[in-house]
Amino acid sequence: MSIIENHETVGTPFCSNPKLSARDVGVFYGDKQAIFDVSLDIGSNEVIALIGPSGCGKSTFLRSLNRMNDTIDICRVTGEILLDGENIYDPKVDVVPLRATVGMVFQKPNPFPKSIYDNISYGPRIHGLASSRVDLDEIVERSLQRAGLWTEVKDRLHSPGTGLSGGQQQRLCIARTIAVEPEVILMDEPCSALDPIATAKIEELIDELRENYTIAIVTHSMQQAARVSQRTAYFHLGQLIEVNNTDMVFTTPEHQLTEAYITGRFG
Amino acid sequence: MEMNFDQHISGQFNADLEAIRNHMMSMGGLVERQVSQAVKAICTGDTNLADEVIRREDEVDKAEVTIDHECTQILVRRQPAASDLRMVLAVSRVVRDLERIGDEASKIAIHTLEVTDVSNSHICQQSVRYMGEEVIKMISGALDAFARHDIHGAIDVVRNDKLVDRQYASALRELITYMMEDPRSIGQAINIVWILRAIERIGDHARNISEQVIYLVSGHDVRHSTLTEIEEAAQQEE
Repeated sequence: MSIIENHETVGTPFCSNPKLSARDVGVFYGDKQAIFDVSLDIGSNEVIALIGPSGCGKSTFLRSLNRMNDTIDICRVTGEILLDGENIYDPKVDVVPLRATVGMVFQKPNPFPKSIYDNISYGPRIHGLASSRVDLDEIVERSLQRAGLWTEVKDRLHSPGTGLSGGQQQRLCIARTIAVEPEVILMDEPCSALDPIATAKIEELIDELRENYTIAIVTHSMQQAARVSQRTAYFHLGQLIEVNNTDMVFTTPEHQLTEAYITGRFG
Repeated sequence: MEMNFDQHISGQFNADLEAIRNHMMSMGGLVERQVSQAVKAICTGDTNLADEVIRREDEVDKAEVTIDHECTQILVRRQPAASDLRMVLAVSRVVRDLERIGDEASKIAIHTLEVTDVSNSHICQQSVRYMGEEVIKMISGALDAFARHDIHGAIDVVRNDKLVDRQYASALRELITYMMEDPRSIGQAINIVWILRAIERIGDHARNISEQVIYLVSGHDVRHSTLTEIEEAAQQEE
């Protein structure tokens, strides 16, 4: 059970132009409830940061947004998650195109053990987004361009993706996500395995991607949340405590728990 | 999970924040003494006391630089957020106002030496004494409010600043009357104008410090706001 009974999220969890809307979402691993009644909108073309201490449920919540939790047998999701008003947990929904529309980038860069070119072209090929080699070449170039990696790899597209540096691998994974024309990109601590320069490049990229995509990012770095996001959501023991504009969260948070967490006062 | 919201996980961070606040308070004590001695010097014609005020200005300046450096260190090392960030910003702004109060105290002392060259008593003595006492109370009121995170105490200081401003305007009218009646008093009167002006500015700086108390506690930036706006911001907090 949670220590905070009947908690209501403070701040502004809802917005006028939601791309994704979670309503009363609960996530269970077997008998254990990991997420309690989370209601949150993620607005079109916004970057929302999900922060909170380890085990607070932020990654679990993120993974429920494209049904990644389906891959865990004992995991059960209650409530509704709407993508453009359609419930993604509706039995009619096919998760394969869903996960292309709501793409995901993980903590550790995980390129396929294939060439850079194949890493990008694999998704568009299986989703039938390219009808010819020329189309595919174009998608590969455009995706790498958008991920800010093109100039670094254009002369070695057929070398293995695993031969790139950590930061380049992560941008390759972002390019791979972009290649299947997603609308939402979920990022689960995308920079935690990267050095500061690679991190800065990813953050710069997130800012550029916002023009075309909606982004939700889980991060342990509060400075990163402050730098890249427009809104910040604070999770605590499976509950969504506060959602507010990022500048407000980091200067004048509304909830005592948010304040305690971002000022480093959990002891 | 055990929770203690008073303390950071990092003990050194607690100590660093505590240190800037304590150093700011000591600087405040020093500045308050500078002002009270400067006012005493002008009221009693004590030139030795005025000399001492001028000599000690240096200490105030050094305190400002030291505390500002400590604030910079916290920003660099800890990247403070929320109430911690507001504390560092508020301390950094308050020490600037304290340093300016120190400057004004020196100005009072310098003009005291000029006034007392001419005679032991001077015109507008009562206004100088009254306004002087008032701004000293404002400085200590603002620093107390800071220490206690007391918005109401801070608003009282803002209110008192209005009174001092009015007192200043009426003292100026009085001085103009003197100057018109007896042009020989103009030299001394101008010195008194400078002194009154310095005291009035001290009141403004005490008000600025109080505004930082409101920022520290509530996050509302009330600089350049009217008293009514400040009172409204305080009410929202309750």
